[in-house]
Amino acid sequence: MSAAPHKDYQGAKIGMWLFLFTELMLFGGLFVLYAGSRALHPEEFHNASRELNMFLGVANTAILLTSSLFAAAAVTAIQRGSKKLALWLVGLTIACGAAFLANKAVEWSQKFHHGIYPNGPALAHSPPGEAVFFGLYFIMTGLHGLHILAGTILFGVMFVLLARGRIRADDHVLLENSGLYWHLVDVIWIFLLPLFYLAA
Amino acid sequence: MSYLDRQGRGGLWSWITSTDHKRIGVLYLCVMTLLFWAGVSLGVVMRLKHLVAGDFFVSAQTYNALFTVHGVIMIFMFVIPGLPAVFGNFFMPILIGARDVAFPRLNLLSWYCFVTGAGLALLSLFAGHGAPDTGWTFYVPFSIRTGTNVSLAVFAAFVLGMSSILTGLNFITTIHRLRAPGMTWHRMPLFVWAIYSTAWIQVLVTPIIGITLVLVILERFFNVGIFDPSKGGDPLLYQHMFWIYSHPAVYIMIVPAMGAVTEIIPTFARKSIFGYKAIAYSSIAIAAFGSVVWAHHMFTSGISDTAGFVFSLLTFIVAVPSAIKVFNWTATLYKGSIEMAPAMLFALTFVFLFAVGGLTGIIQGALGINVHLHDTYWIVGHFHYVMFGGTGFAFFAALLYWFPKMFGRMYDPKPAYAAWLLMFTGFNLLYFTFLVMGAQGMPRRYYAHLPQFHTGHLIATGGSWLLVAGLMVLFGNLIVALRKGRKAEANPWGGITLEWRIPSPPPTENFAEIPVITTGPYVFNPTRPG
Repeated sequence: MSAAPHKDYQGAKIGMWLFLFTELMLFGGLFVLYAGSRALHPEEFHNASRELNMFLGVANTAILLTSSLFAAAAVTAIQRGSKKLALWLVGLTIACGAAFLANKAVEWSQKFHHGIYPNGPALAHSPPGEAVFFGLYFIMTGLHGLHILAGTILFGVMFVLLARGRIRADDHVLLENSGLYWHLVDVIWIFLLPLFYLAA
Repeated sequence: MSYLDRQGRGGLWSWITSTDHKRIGVLYLCVMTLLFWAGVSLGVVMRLKHLVAGDFFVSAQTYNALFTVHGVIMIFMFVIPGLPAVFGNFFMPILIGARDVAFPRLNLLSWYCFVTGAGLALLSLFAGHGAPDTGWTFYVPFSIRTGTNVSLAVFAAFVLGMSSILTGLNFITTIHRLRAPGMTWHRMPLFVWAIYSTAWIQVLVTPIIGITLVLVILERFFNVGIFDPSKGGDPLLYQHMFWIYSHPAVYIMIVPAMGAVTEIIPTFARKSIFGYKAIAYSSIAIAAFGSVVWAHHMFTSGISDTAGFVFSLLTFIVAVPSAIKVFNWTATLYKGSIEMAPAMLFALTFVFLFAVGGLTGIIQGALGINVHLHDTYWIVGHFHYVMFGGTGFAFFAALLYWFPKMFGRMYDPKPAYAAWLLMFTGFNLLYFTFLVMGAQGMPRRYYAHLPQFHTGHLIATGGSWLLVAGLMVLFGNLIVALRKGRKAEANPWGGITLEWRIPSPPPTENFAEIPVITTGPYVFNPTRPG
């Protein structure tokens, strides 16, 4: 490494975009599985989808879309030099992430309560395709939930870095990249919602 | 001061905390050499078993573990990461006139991922209920039902995948951002083009195997049923997911090998490469087409005739860019002033063995013939011609070519020639016999064999001994050279790409001053602009 540390903003952003491509492919594999399984069992997927709570799904969509707005606004705020506003907006993004996860926890525990989980009693006697539907539901929303958790922690770190002045108007690529990640996780949810909640 | 000189507190610690791309390349080389020999040993034991048709030396269950772990180690820990991680790390930044990769710390992290993955894979051999016995493909439903240590092994492959992704991401960014002034895309050495194409495959398809392997673990622990027909799942989907990664992965293995050979041939032919752009874009074409041929592994698995037809056609098409390279290498030799140095000999052997591997690949890509050849020794022979005869020999060619630059020492060429003779003879005795036995119907992965295959198995096992003897001479010679070889000058082979214009071994910062590039990479006659 050269003695004088240099920052390559464009390089950092290329790296981030490449990472986002890998995330797309990670979920892409699961979307392929979903497509293949649904083509095999269109009827069962339709019926199983009715079990999902559309209200909670739509509420979570609203929460995530709002959080993306906060994240984007935080980047603009720090670009314009208003640290306090940026801190508030990052804080609100974290709050939205936490609300999403809380909502998800309620939803999952309801399912568990009804015996709907992999190998659970409710799925033992249901038509074969429904087990696959719920298997994919838990895996895909679970993986997505993990990404929300990671993103929420990431924004927690960004909050600290902002507060300590490590992210500034002239040096904000970290926050911008975090925002990109958050938007991607948001976009993936936009696809998960119709595939699971609106399939009925 | 060279990168090998003592830095900081010195010792091993200064190596495993170094973010210098050259040191990381050497770290990979050390670990991979050990893993390679582990894989070789397992292969030798498998061959020993076939000295006798029935029970001999190892039990059937051990034999299953042997071919599984041989495959896992060789594929996930040697041929996939081999050339990019060792020579890509060491030489790609130098070849584009950079001081390091774009994300040096990420580079070190990917080495740690690699070592962790390798450690977990080795652990899976000894911990729990025995070594995995599924074959390296981890096909369901057996991989879900077997009591052996599959979860740990597939998790190891997952971690190795992360290492591969991080390396690819780093290389793409480096090539986009850190080329020296004047180093346009069409002035990049072709090894860099190859690394660039490979990096894209690494980034785009590795996540798919990642999620597939996670699914195997989830199925084992929670019995979700996505691949289980009794719950409405489909085991064929697993095969699709597996090969969507693992077929492009064979191009992760071969494209950088082609890139290394493309560096070696012009140097020892003293001639500019023939068809620079054709070779550069054929790397991209291989990366693109290679990503859409995966289902040719599944012709006998019950895919539809239409799918079979389409994938067979695409398989034939992907041979075209590979053939373009072979023709261009051959044309480069035409009217060249050829010096048959050991590196050149290995590079040309690569071209020959890869051609055999490629042509056998065309044969089994045909739908009807595939039914006969599928899951026989033919496939094993074909695969080893491409991966060992191809990538393996190219790896050794690259090692012989760049060794003086990496370590600042010359090796004795005579043992290297002897090693070549042993390896080439042993290799063909071993794997050509596989092709013949496979065409005659010897199924792969069988513990016992029928009497009519016995002679073939004896010839193959004899070949494996020659091959290993050759490998020992090759590595022994280089290890001796590390200690006792005479000092290498900056440019022992008369190469003209950037690495030959800096001292051997390279200084820590590679270039005292970043060079300004004014010509193409292979202009041996400076009066003719390239």
